[in-house]
Amino acid sequence: MPQTSLSHRLPQQAPAAVITARDVVKTYGDFNAVDGISFDVQPGESFGLLGPNGAGKSTTMRMIGGVSQRTAGELSIMGLDPDQHGPEVRAHLGVVPQQDNLDEELKVRDNLIVYGRYFGLPYSYLRPKADELLEFAQLTDKAKAKVDALSGGMKRRLTIARSLMNDPKVLLLDEPTTGLDPQARHILWDRLFRLKEAGVTLILTTHYMDEAEQLCDRLIVVDKGKIMAEGSPAALIREHSTREVLELRFGSERNTTVAPELGGIGERLETLPDRVLIYADDGEAALEQVSNRGLRPITSLVRRSSLEDVFLRLTGRSLID
Amino acid sequence: MSQHIASQPLRLEPSRRPLGSLYAGNVRAVFSRGVKATWGTNWAIMISGFVEPVLYLVAMGIGLGSLIGTVTGPGGAEIGYANYIAPALLAVSAMNGAVYDSTWNVFFKLNFAKLYEGMLYTSLGPLDVALGEILLALLRGALYATGFTAVMGAMGLITSPWALLMIPAAVVVAFGFASFGMAITSYMKTFQQMDWINFIMLPMFLFSATFYPLTVYPEPIQWLIQALPLWHGVEMLRQLSAGVFTGAIWIHLLYFLVMIVLGLILTTGRLRKLFLN
Repeated sequence: MPQTSLSHRLPQQAPAAVITARDVVKTYGDFNAVDGISFDVQPGESFGLLGPNGAGKSTTMRMIGGVSQRTAGELSIMGLDPDQHGPEVRAHLGVVPQQDNLDEELKVRDNLIVYGRYFGLPYSYLRPKADELLEFAQLTDKAKAKVDALSGGMKRRLTIARSLMNDPKVLLLDEPTTGLDPQARHILWDRLFRLKEAGVTLILTTHYMDEAEQLCDRLIVVDKGKIMAEGSPAALIREHSTREVLELRFGSERNTTVAPELGGIGERLETLPDRVLIYADDGEAALEQVSNRGLRPITSLVRRSSLEDVFLRLTGRSLID
Repeated sequence: MSQHIASQPLRLEPSRRPLGSLYAGNVRAVFSRGVKATWGTNWAIMISGFVEPVLYLVAMGIGLGSLIGTVTGPGGAEIGYANYIAPALLAVSAMNGAVYDSTWNVFFKLNFAKLYEGMLYTSLGPLDVALGEILLALLRGALYATGFTAVMGAMGLITSPWALLMIPAAVVVAFGFASFGMAITSYMKTFQQMDWINFIMLPMFLFSATFYPLTVYPEPIQWLIQALPLWHGVEMLRQLSAGVFTGAIWIHLLYFLVMIVLGLILTTGRLRKLFLN
């Protein structure tokens, strides 16, 4: 810090939000895909939109990128309205769309360089950048391969590498690991975590609670175009669920008939078609109470509460239907 | 790798460029992507589009022409039949090149490869994409036309120095077809609709005064043919080939300029509606 800096004399201010959304609405016909949502994202933050398919997450992402014009509300991306200044906003965004749209007619490395050209960047910058990002995406030995020869996980990593070619200030990830096998997901999470550590602002949508828990500093739970809750994963769980959950399976016929006999155990009871959930701070103690009542579940499991439980509590539905 | 990001001020400046939300001044990136992608593709298919009018020139011009002898060309001079149809087939050649690229290839990139969707999620605008792709189709039309002109030269069918102007004129024809072809394709959703393009192209090729003068038709049909673009291309190139000009050549040129501008406006608007709505 140079001595002339004024920062020590000014009151500490929160950095200006990278993204500010106020009462944003998107209407298709008479259907509100996004129905008045508001949030702020701070620089360097990893911000998630968690919700089931059709909750309005992707539409929100598209509005942030200015490729979908909002019907009402205010939206500011790094100080600009994306509807008015789409190209300038997108110049500083990285986008990983829900479905890979890699250029199948170009080889792996060319995909990166040609994409960088779309931002008007010079080859002298793009060539070393492409090599650096191939290394980051663990695709260096595939540089000259055709895109359709890559596995699903590799394509996804290439899409992420591509989205970083313009050194974006904000990275938008729409369902980044949907359709990947567990190993590929973990590799991808590791890469995204490195970006987060490097200070890239991440905005991601997901309907996987474990993904949200691993990657998001803060998230909003979205359902039917509305925000149901907002906070860090841990705070949301603390606020809307108990510490532990006891899952009991009595067989699909018996779950609903047994449920009334479980009254009074734990703080709350949730009956699903395939299982009964008992919310309690001490799951083992709850299980003991169940067996003291002479009830014998086919299987029982005590686990920590997750965002899935938060979602179930807020909407009465599961995240993945 | 991106350590500097958090320390940068995250305020963007609005651009002052006119048409800022439609055009980023980066047509070159779209065009060179197309060249790079085409380079590795099937050359046999590329060449087939060029060969077709050449085969017509040989079969009709030399074969059928030997029975026909001479016909009345532009300005009333008697010219060989091959000389009569060669400039018309040059127009067809330019049209073929432009239309192949701007219809089927664009249809695929639009609906299956999701190429334009990806491009428009960068700082490119719809006008950059439209112009880049149209120029690519134009390039193919121009290559076909240049090749065809060389064939005409080799067959001794170039008789006037004005005929060299046929190449830039063919580029204008290709531009018109490329621009309008992409505009039409942007409205197409199914393969059946795409087949309609072929259904229109073949009769237009056969009946646009390509092989015989317009005067053989009854008047209403003449009007119909004159409304279609290929006839204007055929007439324009035929005049240039003979070095005999009438004022109508400006009308032909104007027809293509309108086609180019209209195609660009429609394509840009359509890309915007499809991907930036």
